[in-house]
Amino acid sequence: MQWNSLVTQLFGAFHGMRAVDDFLQGDVMFDGEPLAVVGTTNHAPIGVKLALAQARVVLDVIERHPGRPILLLIDTQGQQLRRRDELLGINRAMAHLGAAIDLARRRGHRVIGLVYDQALSGGFITSGLIADACYALPDAEIRVMRIPAMARVTKLSEEKLTALSQSNPVFAPGVQNYVAMGGVRSLWQGDLQAALRDALANTPTEDLRARDGAERGGRRLAAAVVQRVLDAA
Amino acid sequence: MISYAECSARERLALLLDPGSFHEWLPPSERVTSPHLALLGVPCAFDDGVAIGRATLAGREVFVAAQEGAFMGGGVGEVHGAKLVGLLQRAQRDRPTAVLLLAESGGVRLHEANAGLIAVSEVMRALLDVRAAGIPVIVLIGGANGCFGGMGIVARCADRIVMSDVGRLAMSGPEVIEASHGVEEFDARDRALVWRTTGGKHRFLTGDCDVLVEDDVAAFREAAIASLDQPTPLTPATLEIEHAMLDRRLRALPSEESLGPLGDEAIALWGALGIADPQQVPELTVEAVRALRAGQPGA
Repeated sequence: MQWNSLVTQLFGAFHGMRAVDDFLQGDVMFDGEPLAVVGTTNHAPIGVKLALAQARVVLDVIERHPGRPILLLIDTQGQQLRRRDELLGINRAMAHLGAAIDLARRRGHRVIGLVYDQALSGGFITSGLIADACYALPDAEIRVMRIPAMARVTKLSEEKLTALSQSNPVFAPGVQNYVAMGGVRSLWQGDLQAALRDALANTPTEDLRARDGAERGGRRLAAAVVQRVLDAA
Repeated sequence: MISYAECSARERLALLLDPGSFHEWLPPSERVTSPHLALLGVPCAFDDGVAIGRATLAGREVFVAAQEGAFMGGGVGEVHGAKLVGLLQRAQRDRPTAVLLLAESGGVRLHEANAGLIAVSEVMRALLDVRAAGIPVIVLIGGANGCFGGMGIVARCADRIVMSDVGRLAMSGPEVIEASHGVEEFDARDRALVWRTTGGKHRFLTGDCDVLVEDDVAAFREAAIASLDQPTPLTPATLEIEHAMLDRRLRALPSEESLGPLGDEAIALWGALGIADPQQVPELTVEAVRALRAGQPGA
C-alpha cells in the first residue's frame, strides 16, 4: 500500500505527514490524542543517514513529548549495501536507532511497528522488530532472502526448499510465516483505524514473540530453549 | 602469546576465564540442535554453534557466551539465538557482575533465515534489558569470521567492545557488497581496504571499538577484567552524545567527488576526525594506534 493512502485511511485526508525523499515523518492526531509517526517509503535502503534521521525523531519525542505513542511505518529493502556506510559504522547507526526506540519503550512510550509494504533483514531488526510489537498489512512482504537466493547460498535445491517451506515457516518469505513464528503479532485487515486503536490499547510491553511462536506452532523451540537455560543447574 | 583468532570458541573460554571455572548450560551432551538444519540434511552441532554458561573472571561471577565461527560461520539460528536470549534473561534474574559475549558470527543463519532474524532482535531486546538493569555487557571481537550482520548491531548495543586489530566489525560483508554493487564499490579481495573499512584499528579510531588489543587471549582477558565495573547506562543524555558523534562522523567524511579517484576514504575520515598522519595508521602497531586516540576528545 502507498504510504499516503495508508495514513489517509488511518488519520484522514489532513494528516499533515510528509515525505522527504524516502523519509516519512509527522505528528498526527488519532482519537483526539497526538501520535508521532516515523518511517520510510519507496523500499528505502537504510543507510547511516536514514537511521540517524529516524533516531533523531525518536529522541525528540522522548525529550519533548513524554509518553507520546510512536508508530513506525516500515517499507525497506534492508540495510544500505555500500562501502561508505560500512566505513561510517552502519551497524552502530542501526544499533543507535534500536537503542533509541528501546529507550522510548522503557520510558513509557507505546511503540508500534507496522510493515505496510516491505521489510527485509537489517532494515527491519532495528525498527519493527524492536518495537513493543510489530504488525503488518496482509499484502506486505517480509523476508531475509527469497528461495532462489537461499538455494544458491545454502547449495540446496529450490525444489527441496520450496517443498519444506510448505510446512515450515522458517524457510520462505511471507507475512503469514512471520505471524506463525511470533515475529509479527497480527495482520491488520479491514478497518485499519480499529486495528491501530486495538494495538495502542492492547500491545504487551514484554517480548512475547518466542511464546507466541510456540503457541502458533511456527517456532516451536525458542521459548522452550530459553526456559531450559533459565532452569539449568 | 596465544592467538585469539586461531582459538576455537571453547579454547577461548578455557583460556580467557579463570581456569576450570566455566560451567556450561545446555552443553553438547544435551544435544540441543537445530531441527531446521536436520530437515535440510545439513550437519548439526550439538551446541548449535554457541557455548553458554557461568564462570569467574578474576574471581568474580560472569555469565558468558562464545560463538563458534567454524560452525556455519557463527550464524544465528532459532536454537543458537534462544540460548543467547536465555543467558541474557538469566543474567537479568541472577545479576552476575557482567555478561561477556565472545562474538564471532556472520549474522543470521540463512538456512533458517526467518527464525534467525527474529532471534537476533530478541537477543537485542534481552541485551538492552540487561544493560537497563545496570549489568555491563562486554563484547569481545577477534575471531577469523569477524562480527557481521545482525550480530554487528547486537555488538554495538553492548556497553563495551574489545577488539583486536585483526578483528572485524561491520554490517554487510565485503563479498555481499561486491556482489550487489560491483567490484568498483568494494573489492572484497583487497585485504587492506577490507581492514581499513571494518578492522579493529578503524573501529577504534572512530570510537566504535572501546578497547583495542593485540591478537592475544591474555590481552583480551585483561581488557575484559578492566571492563567489569564500567556499566554505561543508556539515557537520553548518553544517546544524544552518541547521536552527535555519529552525526559529526557522517559530516566529516569527504564526498566521493572531493576525494577523487585516488583518495582513500578511511584515511580521509581519520584525518577529518583529527588523527595525526592518518596515512600511517595501517602500518602502526596496536600500541601506537591506542596512543593516537588518547589525544582525541571523544573520537
